[in-house]
Amino acid sequence: MKGEIFRVSGPVVTVSGVKTRMYDVVKVGNEGLMGEVIGIEGEKSIVQVYEDTNGVKPGEPVENTGLSLSVELGPGLLKSIYDGIQRPLPLLLTKMGDFIRRGVSANGLDRTQQWEFKPTVKKGDTVSGGSIIGTVQETQNIEHRILVPPGVSGTVEEIKKGKFTVDQTVCVLNGGTELTMMQKWPVRKPRPVAKKLMPSTPLLTGQRILDGLFPVAKGGTAAIPGPFGSGKTVTQQQLAKWSDTDIVVYIGCGERGNEMADVLNEFPELEDPKTGRPLMERTVLIANTSNMPVAAREASVYTGITIAEYYRDMGYDVSLMADSTSRWAEAMREISSRLEEMPGEEGYPAYLAARLSEFYERAGKTNTLAGNQGSITVIGAVSPPGGDFSEPVTQNTLRIVKVFWALDAKLAQRRHFPAINWLNSYSLYTKAFSEWYGKNVSPEWEKLRDDAINLLQREAELQEIVQLVGSDALPEDQQLTLEIARMMREYFLQQNAYHEVDTYCSMHKQYRLLKAITSFGDRAGSALESGVPIKDVLALKSKNDLAKVKFEREFDKAIDGITAQMDDEFKKLQEAK
Amino acid sequence: MTKEYKTIREIAGPLIFVEKTEPVGYGELVHITLTDGSRKRGQVLDTSSNVVVVQVFEGTGGLNSECGVRFTGETIKLPVSGEMLGRILSGSGEPLDGGPGIIPDDKLDITGAAINPYARLPPKDFIQTGISTIDGMNTLVRGQKLPIFSGSGLPHNEIALQIARQAKVRGQGEEFAVVFAAMGITNEEAQYFMRDFERTGALERAVVFLNLADDPAVERLITPRLALTAAEYFAYEHEMHVLVILTDFTNYCEALRQMGAAREEVPGRRGYPGYMYTDLASLYERAGVVRGRKGSVTQFPILSMPGDDITHPIPDLSGYITEGQIVISRELHRKGIYPPINVLPSLSRLMNSGIGAGRTRDDHKAVSDQLYAGYAEGRDLRGLVAIVGKDALSDRDKKLLEFADMFEDRFVRQGVDEDRDIERTLDLGWELLSELPEALLTRIDNKYIQKYHPAHREKEEEKAVAPAAG
Repeated sequence: MKGEIFRVSGPVVTVSGVKTRMYDVVKVGNEGLMGEVIGIEGEKSIVQVYEDTNGVKPGEPVENTGLSLSVELGPGLLKSIYDGIQRPLPLLLTKMGDFIRRGVSANGLDRTQQWEFKPTVKKGDTVSGGSIIGTVQETQNIEHRILVPPGVSGTVEEIKKGKFTVDQTVCVLNGGTELTMMQKWPVRKPRPVAKKLMPSTPLLTGQRILDGLFPVAKGGTAAIPGPFGSGKTVTQQQLAKWSDTDIVVYIGCGERGNEMADVLNEFPELEDPKTGRPLMERTVLIANTSNMPVAAREASVYTGITIAEYYRDMGYDVSLMADSTSRWAEAMREISSRLEEMPGEEGYPAYLAARLSEFYERAGKTNTLAGNQGSITVIGAVSPPGGDFSEPVTQNTLRIVKVFWALDAKLAQRRHFPAINWLNSYSLYTKAFSEWYGKNVSPEWEKLRDDAINLLQREAELQEIVQLVGSDALPEDQQLTLEIARMMREYFLQQNAYHEVDTYCSMHKQYRLLKAITSFGDRAGSALESGVPIKDVLALKSKNDLAKVKFEREFDKAIDGITAQMDDEFKKLQEAK
Repeated sequence: MTKEYKTIREIAGPLIFVEKTEPVGYGELVHITLTDGSRKRGQVLDTSSNVVVVQVFEGTGGLNSECGVRFTGETIKLPVSGEMLGRILSGSGEPLDGGPGIIPDDKLDITGAAINPYARLPPKDFIQTGISTIDGMNTLVRGQKLPIFSGSGLPHNEIALQIARQAKVRGQGEEFAVVFAAMGITNEEAQYFMRDFERTGALERAVVFLNLADDPAVERLITPRLALTAAEYFAYEHEMHVLVILTDFTNYCEALRQMGAAREEVPGRRGYPGYMYTDLASLYERAGVVRGRKGSVTQFPILSMPGDDITHPIPDLSGYITEGQIVISRELHRKGIYPPINVLPSLSRLMNSGIGAGRTRDDHKAVSDQLYAGYAEGRDLRGLVAIVGKDALSDRDKKLLEFADMFEDRFVRQGVDEDRDIERTLDLGWELLSELPEALLTRIDNKYIQKYHPAHREKEEEKAVAPAAG
């Protein structure tokens, strides 16, 4: 059914003479630019176009594909680098050169590559939506499970084995339904699950301030808001590199091209700490930089979460990083204002809160339709204008997420990284993980952590006094508190993402480091009580050694040495008295 | 010959609404002929079967419903040629220097296309600007966009010029060019730039686009696009390394707001349009290095922060797009320090990939981190001294306080024509650090202290000299 363009205003195009449903994908103009119906007014449909509309004229033809904006799901997703509407960027490069031109369509999955399909069902088996019918070794460590699309069920009439491309039939159900290794799913519709579960295990990220103080659950949600230059992107990238999930989906939504280039360059070279294989083998990257079409930016977040859901349905733990959700919200605002909708707060559309919560609700730990367990952890960066957390995107995000990592420009200026403020941040999961910590880290862990938080809290209070009277005016025990808190900040919380050893810190190492600092504090406290002057305590060599122990390759050996030395030095101090 | 319409229905600010018969493309270039025969140009902002909205670059003064409107059928293009170097053009690309028109080799669409992120090469070639606070603390690399955040009355123009004069990639005699775009700056400022370009002979390697304060505001919206199109042409067709100086982005954003208001759009923060982020990104993101191409585009945008407020939407949105910022400080300027760059809020995001052994020097990161830490702490102590007096400070704190003063006086301060190479900058950093007790240098690896700390260096040198003497 063909219609024509009535009006063009930037990425928003009004078309007439064609019947559409909401969210249908339409081909607009002589070049067949891809767009999506986002409003219907009488005879006319309003379309957001995913490509540049310069030169497009009223009267040009419009065609409705009748399909919703969908992604292709199947083997070959991993290692891919997509734009916001799942066009592979390397393919666009070969098709249209170094610059993104328009009017080029590209399949999300390669139709020529053959995959070795191993069936796991046999003739006569009954399958339903979400059932696994076979597997494909997608990358060395990831087994791709081929699923029956939700809503399809029947008895297996025929099942094949061997090498196939993604669009060849591998299974036929009774009634003649043919299944391929690829399925399509509309991005705006969450994929169904059997049951949502309560998250109960932490997502380990190897970042001390996150794992140690403000952990997020596997299947949980977290937000990282921060002004520019406070290290959002570095934190997101660290999470993508080191999170202990099976699959990582990284969405660069409206961010810098050079930064994306860095990610695209670096990820294939990084090693997965668990398997020693390139990290890229478990990663899907989506890059829609700030100067790529704004409508595609709006879609990129949905494209990403749908891919994440697909891997979750196979029974994997997936983490999804969206950098940045503010750019996504701005894309919504931009399109909303072109539609001349009545704005809500700060020009954002009134449905901003609803869209944000719909998105974050697609995270979670679930029983899949096939009866496995999978999870999606969503970590969204937020870029509040002027670093002001009271703006609508931050506020609406905080109402949904359970973990808040507040980035702080002041810390970043002092080059304290990660610049996450320990006083403002919170995690609502810590108590839920008690059992896990007790079993997997140490029964002491929770106390150590609570003590550390208290210490930092006390430091903040004392600092207010210091600002008025100077630190020398404080009694010695308070001076010591400040000093131990400084150790906590510099030795424990500061972590160098660019240092080959320090970039990742295991729970075991975190525990030992925290324990060593705490025990230094305790001993120093009793030494002071027995009359040792504070300057002698602070001059101990073990204190200085503790500063650099996190950089040691052979950490356990080094910290054993330091602990022994600490014992020794404190004993001598007491004796000397 | 395209049809001429005499169907202007409404004129509102810089916009005209034309009723027409045939379809017109979005973004098309429009020629308007006034009743007195003079001509203006415009661009289609909204097109439908009934009415076309056109923004007029030269302003709508003198327009009425009798004017003829001609749609050219193509989007705005810049005629480009290698001959453009050394030319001074208006904000809409017409020659201003009395020279002949540009005979184009090609005509390029000025909106440009986004570089495929997959085609980008992460920038990593160190550009030496000869300014210690930039080279040492906020290193610039090729393909970066590093804005100067300044305020009214601060010497950002001098700094931009000094960078334009001194910037070089060491050890490489590659071809470079400067593209300078003025958006709404005063005639006086423009002359200041031109005179310096002429004085140093830089004009021969430069293309200048001038949209001055009294030129129409709408034209400001295309000036940077013309400049960046020219820059991309030199970078990707002529394999040059192009430094683009764009000043002043605040005027550009004001023009954007003016247009938004004229179109009766729903305003975003402080009246600026909601799409300002995307619009700015479409300019800033045109910096970069493309895999397999020799040239590069490096941007040095200048913007003045209204009321020195870094959270104002213009610097704020810029900061989210650009790869760092150089912040000019009124406080340092009042102290008489040039260049008054406050390194603490300044940042270069691409610094880490441009420094280190083989690029600058192995100790660069450590020295820079230590200088940052020392200066930040020293500055904090100034606040404390104001309350409790200097005598109440510990010896350690006194040292840090002195260090902050010395840092400003010797490291930050330098001459307008003083071109410090990176070794000089780092050695200067060491000289200052050597005034601090060694125990305070916690951010520097011991091996660098042994290698570069003046106290150890002298010993090394003595050792090296001694056998020769013996």
